[in-house]
Amino acid sequence: MRIFLNDDMHEVAPGTLAAALETLGFGGRKIATAVNGRFVAASARPRTELADGDRIEVVAPMQGG
Amino acid sequence: MSSFYGVELKSRLLLGTSRYPSPAVLERAVKASGAEVVTVSLRRESGTGRAGQAFWSLIQSMGVRVLPNTAGCHSVKEAVTTAHMARELFDTPWIKLEVIGEADTLQPDVFGLVEAARILSEDGFEVFPYTTEDLVVAERLVEAGCRVLMPWGAPIGSARGLNNVYGLRSMRAHFPDIPLVVDAGLGVPSHAAAAMELGYDAVLLNTAVAEAGDPVEMARAFALGVEAGRAAYLARPMEPRDMAVPSTPVIGKAALGD
Repeated sequence: MRIFLNDDMHEVAPGTLAAALETLGFGGRKIATAVNGRFVAASARPRTELADGDRIEVVAPMQGG
Repeated sequence: MSSFYGVELKSRLLLGTSRYPSPAVLERAVKASGAEVVTVSLRRESGTGRAGQAFWSLIQSMGVRVLPNTAGCHSVKEAVTTAHMARELFDTPWIKLEVIGEADTLQPDVFGLVEAARILSEDGFEVFPYTTEDLVVAERLVEAGCRVLMPWGAPIGSARGLNNVYGLRSMRAHFPDIPLVVDAGLGVPSHAAAAMELGYDAVLLNTAVAEAGDPVEMARAFALGVEAGRAAYLARPMEPRDMAVPSTPVIGKAALGD
């Protein structure tokens, strides 16, 4: 299925957010996530099933003022 | 000593981490400033990028407390979701809440700010709202659960100093028991000193240090400005007068005229 991660399209096997993140190289990383504009806690990623066309945001710590 | 949601800080300077020439300069500037709290943010990262992880390692090595922000958020929904992501990422209930309402001045959308502050406070966040000096808005923020207020000195990154001294003074008088932080718009240490002389509990700045010719030296200068302003406030400055008053006694002056 197709998902959009930070606006980039990816083809991934149907499954959970945790699985998609692992596939796309985010395993073990310090990140926070949202799906379709809604925050998804790290603890909820393994039970968050993705659907075709879902928009995923992945953010990491960054400099800020 | 001022308490920010139960946390007492020795340093009254909160420093941003953005726009420094290099991570090494950032690290030295934070050290020179004496800041115990630095602001941080969150941004998209790709599966192959490592910038965020490297930045986080650097911050952790400094042993400072972080205040994550919702910079760049223009809606309540965006700000609330960003706050949740920040809470998990940085493992802190603290959030510097920004809901931007106007692109040129980066003026807070105070209506959205109050709404987001209420939602987040009810959800256990400890909100540091980036606001204006408007007293009514400030009252609403306190009602919403904010125990710290951060009015702007001037638009973010403008280096204009305290645009509305009267407004800031009124705010201090109106909220004697709420920790107040002048956030944004400071350019030079005298601006920080002026804020502290008004009785503000702290200042928060970023660009004035990061974009100085020598950020490390400017960080040190700001620390001195903050310390001087605070000491002056505690020493209770004299009131300004319209007319001159000779500082040297007139009595006993030699009679040398005609």
